[in-house]
Amino acid sequence: MEYNTQIVLAGTSLMGVCAGLVGSFAVLRRRALIGDTLAHAALPGLCLAFLIVGHRSLPAMLFGALLSGLVGVLIITALRYGTRIKEDAAMGIVLSVFYGAGIALSRYIQNQSTAGSKAGLESYILGKPAGMILQDLFLIGGTTLACLLLIVLLYKEFKVVLFDSQFASVQGWPALRLDLLLMAMIAVAVVIGLPAVGVVMMAALLIIPAATARLWTERLALMLVISALFGATIGGAGTLLSARFAGLPTGPVIVLLGSGLFGVSLLFAPRSGFLARWLDAQNFRTRIGEQALLCELYNLTEPSLPSLVELDRDTLKSQRSWSDNELSKRLTRLNVADLIKPSDNSRITLTPSGYAKAAQVARAHRLWQLFIESYPDSAPDFTDLDAETIDEKLDQEIVVQLEDRLRSAGRLPKTTHSRTRETTQ
Amino acid sequence: MSTRTLASSRRVLSRMAESRTSSEPAAAPVLDIHDVTVAYHRKPVLWDFDLTITEPSLVGIVGPNGAGKSTLIKAILGLIPLTSGSVSVLGQDFAKQRKLVGYVPQRESVDWDFPINVFDAVLMGTYGELGWLRRPGRKQRRWAMHCLEKVGIADLAQRQIGQLSGGQQQRVFLARALAQNAKLYLMDEPMAGVDAATEHVIFQLLRELHDEGRTVLVVHHDLRTVPDYFDDVVLMNLRLVAAGPVEKVFTPENLRKTYGRRLDILDDAGEAMRSRVRSE
Repeated sequence: MEYNTQIVLAGTSLMGVCAGLVGSFAVLRRRALIGDTLAHAALPGLCLAFLIVGHRSLPAMLFGALLSGLVGVLIITALRYGTRIKEDAAMGIVLSVFYGAGIALSRYIQNQSTAGSKAGLESYILGKPAGMILQDLFLIGGTTLACLLLIVLLYKEFKVVLFDSQFASVQGWPALRLDLLLMAMIAVAVVIGLPAVGVVMMAALLIIPAATARLWTERLALMLVISALFGATIGGAGTLLSARFAGLPTGPVIVLLGSGLFGVSLLFAPRSGFLARWLDAQNFRTRIGEQALLCELYNLTEPSLPSLVELDRDTLKSQRSWSDNELSKRLTRLNVADLIKPSDNSRITLTPSGYAKAAQVARAHRLWQLFIESYPDSAPDFTDLDAETIDEKLDQEIVVQLEDRLRSAGRLPKTTHSRTRETTQ
Repeated sequence: MSTRTLASSRRVLSRMAESRTSSEPAAAPVLDIHDVTVAYHRKPVLWDFDLTITEPSLVGIVGPNGAGKSTLIKAILGLIPLTSGSVSVLGQDFAKQRKLVGYVPQRESVDWDFPINVFDAVLMGTYGELGWLRRPGRKQRRWAMHCLEKVGIADLAQRQIGQLSGGQQQRVFLARALAQNAKLYLMDEPMAGVDAATEHVIFQLLRELHDEGRTVLVVHHDLRTVPDYFDDVVLMNLRLVAAGPVEKVFTPENLRKTYGRRLDILDDAGEAMRSRVRSE
């Protein structure tokens, strides 16, 4: 690998770390789109800085970008509080005006001076970090380190303000100032990402690693680590890919890589991924179906208790809207679990363990039914399809009271049943 | 002018005022709200509000929707700027007494999808005492766990907060407030939309806090349970309507002043008072 490529690779990876860290906070604070505005609003400042300095100097240009980005955010805030314009409209206005001004300025520079072509301003629109030098790397590295340090030092403070800023204020944390510090970090992260990703796609680099990391973890600290790693990976890999295929701007490559990673995570992430949720729903449906079947088995067995009589499959089928196929599948499962015992093709009997389970389910179903009738106000909040959760969801007193009513109506299933075992020998 | 005079006449929760004898040194009142007005533009949300709580009490705050109950709490906590008036907590500005005040916000006020677990959320209650840069240590962790046990969800400590039921989420907020170990608690509808078991736990906890000599102010929505749950009650609708011991203040007449002529509400409250009398 060439020396120059190494520098660019290190720079874009570090930039990815910074965007990943700060982006996590931005996403959790619902400030993700501020990054978009900042990036677009940075372009005119970048161009002006070039005009003033007269040559391509990354620190100067990024400083100019930072200033005009912040001016953009200030104007949005002023529009939002000083006029009747809402935040989204204000963002739209500022974003396009600044971006338009930036494009016009960059064309002017290119047409004006011979140095214009060397400015490489085009590369800041879609990203092309090829011209990075060692000093630039120090700048990016230093900024990333500063952000990292702030986050580590003020982790507790940021955490409480992000989660519940009013509670934080009550405890005495300066929520507004911490929020402003966070905004400043977002601004800095956006600006140092500009050379690699460009103004158009910078917001994606801020959002994608964070949103992806959120899918993989339920803990803030881990989310920050994963997001930083994702940011570094797509930043570095995007640079390498775009270097391999000359003419391909880095920004789109990085964003495409990121969205690929996000897509995969969306499918396979634990708990919140599509696959996990689909499996979960499938399991739940099976469980509920099995419970419904057990409940009907109990209802049909109930009249002849304590003996466990043979039941007709067709009678069972007529109780609910089960298809033949569905019923067979579920009966097979119950049979495998040794809860029922088929005597021939069309007749089945509950086993003693099957009876215990069926009586439990029937008890819960009847209790829920009675609960809904007795407490129509609170029923929608507490009822649960799963029969096994009633004792967790409802107050013990209420369960006892409902049970008493079922018992006096002779409808309380006996879940522990002492009786002589039905013999088929 | 006449309404102004009426409203700014100072009202003291009377039972407490009576119970203090002149021989005791006059300790600073737990909470002193003086002439507080909060307005958005020209619309008052809280108008010339006066309330003094002289000693530890369990106080319910009731009033119709939009009566300014949450605003009152936020005004006490300095979360909303006062248009006029002053608030003091235990004799000083709230800003100097932060560590003595605990807060339970409305459940909807945070994003429950935030990536933290129950234990971490409760641990935040100890951040106030820690100050800048210091991390919670073993002492704070043990205390947070103790607070979780008190609300009966210690077994859920490692659960992500979004996976909890409404009642369990409310218990998290309560445990976080307990972790603040405050003298004065302000709670915004802690019993709204919770299951019966949670409501019972919360009620027990309120009593316990009161028995330990703390003051608890609770915004409450259910008039039927006011006589069971609280010793004192504040009736408000933009202004203070009445404040004092439940048996003196929670009357049909005061309720009518608070709620207007919504008879169904008066029926509920009347029924609750009668059943309290019967059970005593």
